[in-house]
Amino acid sequence: MPNAMFKKFSREEVHSRSNIKSSVQRGLKAKLIEQFPGLESVIEEAMPKKSQMVQIKCSDKVTLYSINSEVLFFQSFDDPLVPTIKFVHKYPEAFPRVKVDRGAIKFVLSGANIMCPGLTSPGASLPESPGLDVGAVVSIYAENKEHALAVGVLTMSTEDIKSINKNCGVEVCHYLGDGLWNFSE
Amino acid sequence: MTVKVVYCGICSFPPEYCEFGGAFKRCKEWLEKKEPELFQKLYSVEALEKATSSLSIEKQEEIERKIQKDQKKNEARAERELANKLSSKIYVKRIERNKRKHVIAISGLELCGIDMKKLAKVFASKFATGASVTKTADGKDEIVIQGDVGDEVETYIVDMLEEKGLDDVKVEQVAEKPKKKKPQV
Ligand SMILES: [Zn+2]
Repeated sequence: MPNAMFKKFSREEVHSRSNIKSSVQRGLKAKLIEQFPGLESVIEEAMPKKSQMVQIKCSDKVTLYSINSEVLFFQSFDDPLVPTIKFVHKYPEAFPRVKVDRGAIKFVLSGANIMCPGLTSPGASLPESPGLDVGAVVSIYAENKEHALAVGVLTMSTEDIKSINKNCGVEVCHYLGDGLWNFSE
Repeated sequence: MTVKVVYCGICSFPPEYCEFGGAFKRCKEWLEKKEPELFQKLYSVEALEKATSSLSIEKQEEIERKIQKDQKKNEARAERELANKLSSKIYVKRIERNKRKHVIAISGLELCGIDMKKLAKVFASKFATGASVTKTADGKDEIVIQGDVGDEVETYIVDMLEEKGLDDVKVEQVAEKPKKKKPQV
């Protein structure tokens, strides 16, 4: 998943839109639940059977999935599905989370990846052992804030982040204020 | 089941992140008017005291200083940019190449934060013609489109500006006739 992949994103990057067949939509939902077990109890509410999901193909093999003109998930190539921040805001319990300290907020909001110390300092927090594996999609929160400010992918397992505590720990792919945040259908 | 997050009407972030949104003063005014309860929750004296970071006092003060400095800088910049944008003008110039051939040159786009290369591509496919970004004599970029599509271009740009909330930017069509040939003796 490319870092800050929506930094310069805009409507001009959209190549095509197509309605997704209900059979494909079912498969996508199953994949989402497999990836985010916490979604299972809310998926019918979030993506009702009757709703029409739209696949939006964009530059650089990025695909967005929307319902009622609201993008819920995206994907780069065949990488894991990643929820948009707005979707995380709606269903915060459905996704695993990490928390950065206050000092890291402005870097996250400029699209920078998160260094381990920003995830291990006193204001930050990570899931307890056994934690999450490398490659896991996580929602990103911040010290003393209630809502997520970004979503990203772990470049180290959370246990490694704690023990090694240097280099990049989370690749930020979508954050408040980037092109996808400002994108509207 | 879903969580309903309030979004700032000025910077679009959840209000707890407005301090990083580049228009903090205006954001706070908006929140106080529109969501007084949330305003109290975020900015009352108790709230500000409670929000102190878990880092050491010195470190904390340093971070706050930096954040405030950035805020001032961003606000000043945002105001400057907005003023610049609103006072700018986009010219759609119709240039006569010969009696039947015209090209359209669009200048003044740079202030509006528009990716000109991409926009040229959009025009090229929209009008099935050639479109490219070229440098003018004074070193600025302009989009040159083959064909007499000035009206269509103007409509497209006006719509695009409206969508970006830049309705105040003027778009003007001008015509440039070829220099008169010397009368033949
Ligand atoms: Zn705001």
